[in-house]
Amino acid sequence: MSRAVQPGRGGPPVIEPGHTYATVTDKISSIVLARRTPLFWVLGFFASFTLTMVLLGAISYLLAKGIGIWGVNQPVGWGFAIINFVWWIGIGHAGTLISAILLLLRQEWRTSINRFAEAMTLFAVACAGLFPLLHMGRPWLAYWLLPYPNTMALWPQWRSPLVWDVFAVSTYASVSLLFWFVGMIPDLATLRDRARRKGFQIFYGMLAMGWRGSALHWYRYETAYLLLAGLATPLVISVHTVVSFDFTIGIIPGWHSTIFPPYFVAGAIYAGFAMVLLLAIPLRAVYGLQDFITMRHLENMAKILLATGLIVGYGYVIEAFMSWYSANPYEGYMIGNRMRGPYAPVYWSLMLCNIVAPQFLWFKRVRTSPPVLFGIAVVVSIGMWLERFVIVVTSLHRDFLPSSWGMYFPTIWDWATFVGTIGLFLALMFLFIRFLPMISIFEMRTLVPEAGPLAMQPIPEHSVAGEEG
Amino acid sequence: MAQIFHRSTNFLSRFSIFGSVFFLAILLWLFYDLEASPYTTQQTIAREQPVQFSHAHHVGAIGIDCRYCHTSVEKAAFAGIPPTKTCMNCHSQIWAQSPYLEPVRESFRTDKSLEWTRVNDLPNFVYFDHSIHVNKGVGCETCHGRVDQMPLMYQAASLQMKWCLECHRHPERYLRPKEEVFTMGWRPPVEQAVLGERLKREYHVRDRVVLESCSTCHR
Repeated sequence: MSRAVQPGRGGPPVIEPGHTYATVTDKISSIVLARRTPLFWVLGFFASFTLTMVLLGAISYLLAKGIGIWGVNQPVGWGFAIINFVWWIGIGHAGTLISAILLLLRQEWRTSINRFAEAMTLFAVACAGLFPLLHMGRPWLAYWLLPYPNTMALWPQWRSPLVWDVFAVSTYASVSLLFWFVGMIPDLATLRDRARRKGFQIFYGMLAMGWRGSALHWYRYETAYLLLAGLATPLVISVHTVVSFDFTIGIIPGWHSTIFPPYFVAGAIYAGFAMVLLLAIPLRAVYGLQDFITMRHLENMAKILLATGLIVGYGYVIEAFMSWYSANPYEGYMIGNRMRGPYAPVYWSLMLCNIVAPQFLWFKRVRTSPPVLFGIAVVVSIGMWLERFVIVVTSLHRDFLPSSWGMYFPTIWDWATFVGTIGLFLALMFLFIRFLPMISIFEMRTLVPEAGPLAMQPIPEHSVAGEEG
Repeated sequence: MAQIFHRSTNFLSRFSIFGSVFFLAILLWLFYDLEASPYTTQQTIAREQPVQFSHAHHVGAIGIDCRYCHTSVEKAAFAGIPPTKTCMNCHSQIWAQSPYLEPVRESFRTDKSLEWTRVNDLPNFVYFDHSIHVNKGVGCETCHGRVDQMPLMYQAASLQMKWCLECHRHPERYLRPKEEVFTMGWRPPVEQAVLGERLKREYHVRDRVVLESCSTCHR
């Protein structure tokens, strides 16, 4: 086989040998254009749609009755809503990391996973965005968060990190959406040209925005894509940094800490890659995409999972160390309460999930076994959720005054809303894999031997150098 | 392969992309304008009353002081609506038989209050106190307008929060000497900027931080 299929430092290929332009296009577009909807899709979509209806019910009841149906009260005013918000936002990080940073770093293995990772990002951010809105109590006044000319002569409170959140998350959502959509235009044109039924031709034709594949189109496309990648790169860092400010700006013990931004960003990438693995492993199995999402991809993602897991573990250790080293009695009590207080089982499960579980990824046999990887990804996802639970609940439930201590217990509505967003996320994911190409067709084509030496670079040289024809 | 779209689609797509931006902007501007218009605020719209009482006649023509009827304006949050007895002080003697004033006499006979329609009505989540404003040199006219020229009472200001804050952020632009508070059509004898600053100091008007604080009005 040509060296083109094994670019970089060798190792397993990023696309299995034997593929040509035609087979790549056929394989990916046939998933979308197949007339028959596979049975597992119908069952999976039905199940996740049912959960989405649970979410709808939970939100309707919330709007009718108010925040009182949740478990939040003094002193724990931030319960599941904020835990789930941070969890979903974190999951949404891998998409942009894969699409933007790995693109700029010329990691060609990103090509087969970036599309659905970006979709995952968008859907995760959509789920995340629901929670702060619902938590406001009067979601119909949510537009008050935006600075706009109003009859109250008021601006949002710029000193509040919650307002920074609005900007960080909405910027992230819009840039991710643009990035995802722009990256899909050439593929949408492929689908338009291959679709047989008029309705689909019009549907994909509208989305393809008149793409004809001319040299000028490609030139503009690559410039725009690279610029968007540059724009999106700082966002990977900024969004979760701002989310961590929600906590660090407060003077609550366990929150007021300078390590939060890097530790949150690492945690977000950790959770995000766990979710990419959770999606990639079943997808490649049911759609037979092992040729495109190869063992090399799974192994690379497992390595990133291990690396970010170690950073997160370092964060936990430093948190505990600083509470002793600072000699601050409230910080000291906070960490002792986490380890031995009423929520100690949550804290120790978190350590088990997030520090112990990823250590298995040191072994190549674990990294190359999809079922085991899937299991570790599940454990890590649970662990990251527990992390947010520990941060939000244990810090709030016992702060400075013992007279104001209390306990937090989620209600059935908290659980319904949380499980409901998982349903919404999966339902959107199912719709995505049925109606849009989940792997970038044209970028995969650059990896086949026919593409020649350029196969090593998804971005042709001329667009990087900015030469004009 | 046959073309999917007609040529005109090129124009339509460009038009709809740019058009939707302008359309949204215009829609937002319309909403804002509607929100600030008298249609929403009831500003300058005269209300129907049980008796069509004319402030223009009583204040402008006769020269009755505001406090003759609104007795508690200097001491309480509520300026006070006069009892029917106050009307009858004069109207038992003049216009005593006028059919126009029959509702007043009926109220007096039956001891049932006249039910006036409130014109300057603030929302219930606003704490407003007349006495502090009057005692710090805010004239009646500043908020209520030229009442002496209103045959029927109407709301002179929008009563929207941005209107309140205009003065709370820059009280010096509106203050007048205490003895001129009840004067209609008062003009500052010296420049308002100079006078306002002086009065603000003299009357110990609190600084902007206090006047602008949420809990000053929303308690």
